[in-house]
Order: sequence, then structure tokens, then C-alpha cells
Amino acid sequence: MTFTSPVLNYTLLSPMIILLAGALIGVLVEAFVSKALRPIVQLSVTIGTLVLSLAQVWRIRDEESTTAAMGSVVIDGPAILLQASILIISIISVFLIADTDHFTALAAALPGSDEELHAVRTGNQVTEIYPLTLFAISGMMLFPVSSDLITLFVALEMLSLPLYLMAGLSRRRRLASQEAALKYFLLGAFSSAFFLFGMAYLYGYSGSVTFAGIRESVVGGSGNDVLLLIGIAFVSIGLLFKVGAVPFHAWSPDVYQGAPTPVTGFMAAATKVAAFGAMLRIYYTVFANAEWSWSPLLSAIAIITMLFGSLVAIAQRDVKRMLAYSSIAHAGFLLAGVIALNKAGLEASIFYLFAYGVATVGAFAVVTLVRDSGGEVTDLNRWKGLGKRSPWVAATFAGFLLAFAGIPLTSGFIGKFSIFSAAYENGAKGVVIAGVLSSAVAAFFYIRVIVLMYFTDPIQDGTSVEIPSILTRTAVIFSIALTILLGIYPAPLLTMITNFSTFIR
Amino acid sequence: MWLTLLMVLPLVGSVVVAGLPKANEKLVKQVALATTLIVMGVTIAMAVGFERDNVELQFVEKYAWIPSFGINYALGIDGLALVLILMSTILAPVVVLAGWNEAHGGRWSVKTFYILILVLETMMIGVFAATDVFLFYVIFEAMLIPVYFLIGGYGTGERSATAVKFLIYSLFGGLLMLASIIALYVMSGAQGGHTFDLAALSSLEMSSTTQNFLFLGFFIAFAIKAPLWPLHTWLPDAAQSATPGTSVLLLGVLDKVGTFGMIRYCLSLFPEASKTFTPLILVLAVISIIYGAFLAIGQRDLKRLIAFTSISHFGFITMGIFAMTSQSQSGATLYMFNHGFSTAALFLVGGWMISRRGSSTIADFGGLQRVTPVMAWMFFLAGMSSLALPGLSSFVSEFLVLIGTFTRYPVHAIVATFGIVLAALYILIPVQKALHGPTTPGNEKLSDLNLRERVAIAPVIAIIVVLGFYPSPLLKVINPAASHVIAQFGFSDPVPSLNSGGK
Repeated sequence: MTFTSPVLNYTLLSPMIILLAGALIGVLVEAFVSKALRPIVQLSVTIGTLVLSLAQVWRIRDEESTTAAMGSVVIDGPAILLQASILIISIISVFLIADTDHFTALAAALPGSDEELHAVRTGNQVTEIYPLTLFAISGMMLFPVSSDLITLFVALEMLSLPLYLMAGLSRRRRLASQEAALKYFLLGAFSSAFFLFGMAYLYGYSGSVTFAGIRESVVGGSGNDVLLLIGIAFVSIGLLFKVGAVPFHAWSPDVYQGAPTPVTGFMAAATKVAAFGAMLRIYYTVFANAEWSWSPLLSAIAIITMLFGSLVAIAQRDVKRMLAYSSIAHAGFLLAGVIALNKAGLEASIFYLFAYGVATVGAFAVVTLVRDSGGEVTDLNRWKGLGKRSPWVAATFAGFLLAFAGIPLTSGFIGKFSIFSAAYENGAKGVVIAGVLSSAVAAFFYIRVIVLMYFTDPIQDGTSVEIPSILTRTAVIFSIALTILLGIYPAPLLTMITNFSTFIR
Repeated sequence: MWLTLLMVLPLVGSVVVAGLPKANEKLVKQVALATTLIVMGVTIAMAVGFERDNVELQFVEKYAWIPSFGINYALGIDGLALVLILMSTILAPVVVLAGWNEAHGGRWSVKTFYILILVLETMMIGVFAATDVFLFYVIFEAMLIPVYFLIGGYGTGERSATAVKFLIYSLFGGLLMLASIIALYVMSGAQGGHTFDLAALSSLEMSSTTQNFLFLGFFIAFAIKAPLWPLHTWLPDAAQSATPGTSVLLLGVLDKVGTFGMIRYCLSLFPEASKTFTPLILVLAVISIIYGAFLAIGQRDLKRLIAFTSISHFGFITMGIFAMTSQSQSGATLYMFNHGFSTAALFLVGGWMISRRGSSTIADFGGLQRVTPVMAWMFFLAGMSSLALPGLSSFVSEFLVLIGTFTRYPVHAIVATFGIVLAALYILIPVQKALHGPTTPGNEKLSDLNLRERVAIAPVIAIIVVLGFYPSPLLKVINPAASHVIAQFGFSDPVPSLNSGGK
């Protein structure tokens, strides 16, 4: 028996390898660098790693070969765009994460214990959040480029496990934060199990774990369809859980509320890009020829998700919970892009993911700024009159909300228009109509927040807006500028996406 | 470049205003007034160069905006759009001058008020000038934002609630229209390339069911805007809460986007569906005329009264549009122009009365004729224009609409004529209560119009009177455009048949 050494094609893998290396350096920094220097060194390492990785993504965009690691990873046009989106969103998020005030000094200590008090008193702030973030990002980068089920599962776990931990790191309301982390972990574990179960059936159906192999069987149509259907169903459950679609959404409001706000923003934006990226690849390539078997059900889920998210968001009194339900509604809109199953749908989804991600991080950045002596104020009633007290912060937040609502001249409108028109092109009229109606419902609760900020008088209860640190300020300004720019003149980005986005099957 | 110039000028003005110190309110107002006057001047200069007999779009501009979706920044105007742009840009300085102090009761600074007004003016011009459906939609929706803040930030009473009601109503209609636009876009892609060009979209082929649905998407959006019964409920609230100047822009200009859209988009994109729905729409229009008039009679609040008279007037305009004769079309277009000015006069003078008296209840006024003769006369004239007294501009347009409608739909026209009778009631009752009779205690000390107010209202009254006697300059611009609309969709005026009795 001869042994052929695997061809890995390191160039194509380099962006992910850089991230993993950066994460490992981060672990070492955590262990060996002195307490005083640690935050700044960690931040530099993290940002440096992300920028380097982004540059590397840009450099490999025109590489001849597109498969790496023996066909288990595909770096095609959409992959480049998705990876770049994830990295850009991550860089903005890290700017928020850099504000260590959000994170518990010593995550390993019990809430309220002497150990914790001691850590706080001596200023012994651990900074493990940075390497965790980098690990999560490398998982997210791998998720949408995976080209076989095993790699896909590894990537899923790689992005999830650090996120479970990160959700529990909040400095204030630590019990709620830990509860959120545990909930996320348990439900995530369930969904992983479903996912694995589906994988097994797909393997049983096609005798292959590679996307190409499964696709061949689907196209050939000779296998046992029952196995295929069960496989599609269970793999879909795993993916729909990650994107927070109804009825697999139950974790998201609690986790969004409990997790430290910078982590929530990161999770909401970057995880969506990664999970939808993977979903697009699987549905557009592997399952494309079995459209008849999943499209009706996915349409139903999309419609329910949009309507449910928009309707329930109306009743929310907490800004983070409201954004969580809004993100559920947006997951529904994004599913319309999956259902579209055409090139326009792919392009629209990528644009939407990027635009929505940037706006989401920006919105959560603003949430971190509204505080009282006890930390962030997320109760919407206490946001009253914000427009009077800090007009710029309120105006920025209003801008993000209008983008979420899809008002013209914001990126959200271009995204919504392109994704709905792509879905309509594939005949999904019901999804488009539901989308338009739930947009109207959604507009109501976004506008209600604007009313609260601008049209009600402030109450004196110690709520104030923190002067943002230079990093947070950069993040907010960058996000709002991009949100408006992509609304007024999206042509360059759209052209770029058009040139790039064809899946290699 | 004329149209782009027109759109850029107010924006430049708003940027200048934004750079001025907040404390110097006088300078802010002067800059805003100067900007709107310049825009008006440029519009008039442009109108002079407009070829009246040319029915094609003029002053055309076209640049690629979002090529991936076939979206262009495309502008162009015909007689209809020109008249409405002219109306908007004349009303803008009037509103600024007339409402010199109305921004003071607001939540925010005077500066913000004028920035919003100027941004709104850019959009008002753009919405009439756009010939790319996507561009139109973008401006149509984006316009809501400044108006929302103008009502919610500077209005009175339940201002934030009404602002939200206005916004939600309009957004809902807009989103229905978006669904229709998406469908048009997808169909254009299937029939020779994605485009939003209005002319190209008009020649799309579609089944009549599709056409009916898409027509409804557009029409409901416009019917909310124009307010047609039963989609009108946001208007009286909004008009009651907004400042008089904002109300003028809201009822005078923004609501015209609805009737303008019916002609420009509903008729040209979906001619067959327009015919299908004409009977229904005419009935709704007639109901609006009568209903608006009846409710106007019953109002105790001056601003609500004016809002309900507008609902009645918009019924006339809609009826004229869908009666599909060249007279009714011309009449409807002229009506849009005239309604802008008569409503402006009513709201502005009404606003001055209200701010002097500190109440908007009609019963609180009385005997103003003796105390403030100039103000009373102005209100009287504005009222007469609203009830379409012969010799004033509204008469010409109302008459044209009625005879134009009568040739094809005599029953509707006859019922609508009762609207005129009711109009006499809804105007004369408040005129009698507020202006005549004994002076109500508390009103003895009211001051008459000052010079600024007289200067502001003079051009409005002048237009009402001059166009009443001599409407032909305007009709020469409108008639070719109106006949073109009629001819384009295969309609022709019914030939009047004479009963040669006895032979």
C-alpha cells in the first residue's frame, strides 16, 4: 500500500491558519505577559491577526485552484466575499470587545465570591475573550467554505464552543449571563446532535460525505429518497438553529439579553454571515436538485419566521430583546434569499448579510453607550428623551433602526429589495408578500424606539450616555457611514459581488 | 441639468443652515427664505424654457445609479410635473415666510426645522421629476422621514402619536407598492433586461390578473397618500397636529404625490387594470367628495375642518383623473395646482388666527371682521376659493372636472355636484361663526396681520384671483399633457350627442 501525501494548498487556507496562529499567540500572551500590558498586547495581536487575515483573503481572490485540503474546503468567489465580510464585521466587533468594562474580571470565579471580589479589587482583569473571539472567527471562516460534512461539523463546533463561553462573560448580572451561556450551550448541543443525525442519513443515502458526492447522488436520483429527506430535514434543523429561525429561535432572546453586549453584537452579525454562508452553499449546490423536497417547507419557515419575529418584537420592553426578535425577523428575510436559488439570490444574500451585519454591530455598539451607575441600561422606557440628551448617539441609533426597517437611502432597503426580487424571480410570491407585510409590522417597533428617543421627555433617573472610547466611536462611525453609503451608492459593492459570486460545485 | 440643479439648491441651503450658529435664529430663517426664493426663481426660469406643445418629457437627465439592478438616476418632466414642481417651489418660500415663528414651540431648535424643510423641498422636486420607478419609490418613502419629524417635533397636541400614525399608514402603502415594483422589475428581467425606466415598464406584457394585483399595489399607496375614503383617517389628525406651514406642505404638496402617481404610474403602467377598476374608484371618489364635505360641516376644530375639505377636494381630483376625458384630466391637474394654493391660504390664515387666539376651536372666534379686518378678508377669500366661487381659480378646475366627468359618467357628476352645495355650507358656517356677529369676549385685542404676513399671503391670493380670471397660461401647459395621457391609453372623448328634438 502506497501512501500519498495530502495536498493541502496552504495558500488558500492561509487566512484561517493566520487566525488560529493569532489565537494561539493570544493564549500565550494571556499566560506570560504582565497584567498591566495584557489588554493592549491582546488587542494589538487580535486586530493585527484579523487585518493580516483580511489582506490574505484579498490576495487569494484570484487564485487558480479553488479547492484545498483534498477537496474538503472550497475557496470560490462567494467564499472570498463571505470570509471578507466575517473579518470586517469581526474587526468592528473587536473594537467593542476592547472595552473590558463589559467583561467579568475572573470568569472562573463564582458570581459574588471572594475570589471574584479580590480580582476586581486588585484589577486583575483576565483577557481571554480575545483568543476566544479569534477561535470563534476561525470557525466562522471555515463554516461557509467547508465542502464535506465532516469539515462542516468541525467548523460548526469550532465556532460554537467559544461563543458559548463568551456569552457567559458578562461583568454585570453574571447569573443571567451564565444562564444564557448554559442555555445556549444545551440547545446548541441538541442542534449539533440533530445535525450529526442528519449527516449520518445523508451518508447513508449517498455513500459519501463530500458535497460533490452527495450532489451526484441527488442529481442521479437513484438513492433512497426517504434517507435524503430525513438527512435534509435534520441538517436543516442544525443550520436553522444557528441562524435563529422559528421554531428553533427560542435561545436567541435570552442569549442576546444575557450575553455581554459586544459579544451579542458579534454573535448576531458574524454568526449569521457564517451560518447563512454555509446554508447557501449547501442548498445551492448539494440540495439544489432536490428543490421540490425542501423549498415549500423552507418557504413556510421563512414566512413564519418573518411574521413571528416582527410581531413578537412589538411587545418587547428591553432593547436587546427587541433587537433579538428583530434579528429573528431578519433571519426570515435572509431565508428568502436561500429559497430564491438563483444567482440574484446569492448576490442579494451576500449583500444583505454584510449590510445587516455592519448595522447590527453598530446598533449594539450604541447600546453599550447608554448606561447608569449599574451598567448598561437596556430597559427601553429609560431610553426616553435620549435624543435630547445626546442627539448624535440617538441619531445614529435611529439610522441603524431605519436601516433595519428597510427605509430607502439605507443599506437595509437595497438589501431587502434585492433579496425579495430574487425570491420573486423564483416564483416565491407568498414569501415576498409576507416579507413586505412583516416589514410594515417591523417598521412599527423600530419607529416606536425613535419616538421614545425623540418625542418623549427625558426622565431623571441617572441614565446617561457614556462618552465613547475612541475605539467604540470608530466602530459606530464606521458602521453608520457604511450603512448610509451602501444605501445611497451601493453600485461598487454590488458590481463586485456580481463579479465574484458563483459557487463552484 | 435644470432639474438636478433644482434638487441640489435646497440641499446646499440645508447644509449652509446646518453650519450656522444655533442661537442666531434670524439668520437661519433668512438663509432658508433666500434658498427657497432662489429655487423658486430657477424654477420659473426653467418653466419659461418649457416647450408647451411638446408632449414628450423635457429637461431629461439620465445617469447610471445602480447598474447591477438597471437602476438609473433619471429625471424628466412633462406639463403635469412642471405644474406641480412650480406649485411646490412657490409654496416653499410662502411657507417659510408665513410660518416665521412656528418653529418656536418645537422640541428641537429652529435650525433643525429649516433643515428639515429644505431637505423636504429637494424631495418634493425629485418625486415629481423622477422617471425611474425605483428613484421615485426611494424619494416617495424617504420623504416621510422629514415630514415625520416636522409633525412629531414641531406640532401641537398629540403630535408624536399622529406622526407615528402618519408614518405607519404611509409606510404600509409604500410597502405594497414595493411589492408591485419588485414584480415589475422581475417581469422586465424576463422580457429583455432588468430596468426601472417608466417608458420601458409601460410596454411590459402581463396577464390581466397580474396587472390588476400590481395596479392595486400602486393604487392603494397613492390612495393613502391622496387620502381617498376609506384610507383617509390619518389626514385630519396629522393636519390638526402639524404646524400650519407643515400642513400646507403636507396637504398641498405631499398629498399631490398620490394623485400625480395615479396619473403617472397607475394609468401608464396598468392601462387595462385602470379601466377595470374605474367604476370602483369613481364611486370611492364620489363618496370622498360627499363624506369629506359632510364631516367638514360637523367639525369644531378649524384645522380638522380644512383637512376634511381637502378630502372632498381630493375626491374631485381623483374623479377627474379616472373619468378619462381630456377635460376632466386637465381639470384634475389644474385642480391639484389650485388646491395647493387655496389650502395654503386657508391653513396659513387659519394658523394666524389660531396662534393669535390660542385656540383652534371655531366657536372661540367671532366678530373678527371688526377687530382684524385684513385677516378676516383673507380668510374669507381663501374660503371662497375653497368653495370654488366663480372668478376664483378653483372654480375653473372644479367646473372642468365636472363637465369632463359628465360626458362619460353623468350620474357620478351629478352626485358630485352636491359636493359643491355642501362646500358652501362648510365654508360659510365657519365664516359666519368666526368672522361675523358680535365679537366674542377675549377677541377684542387681537392684532391684525403684520407686514410680513401680508407679504406672505399676497402672492397666494394673487394667484387664486388671477388664475380665476385668466387660467389659460397654465391650461396651455396642462392641456397637451392631459390629452397625451388620454390618447396614450386609447381613450377618446365621448362625442356630445344632440337630441335633435322633433325631427
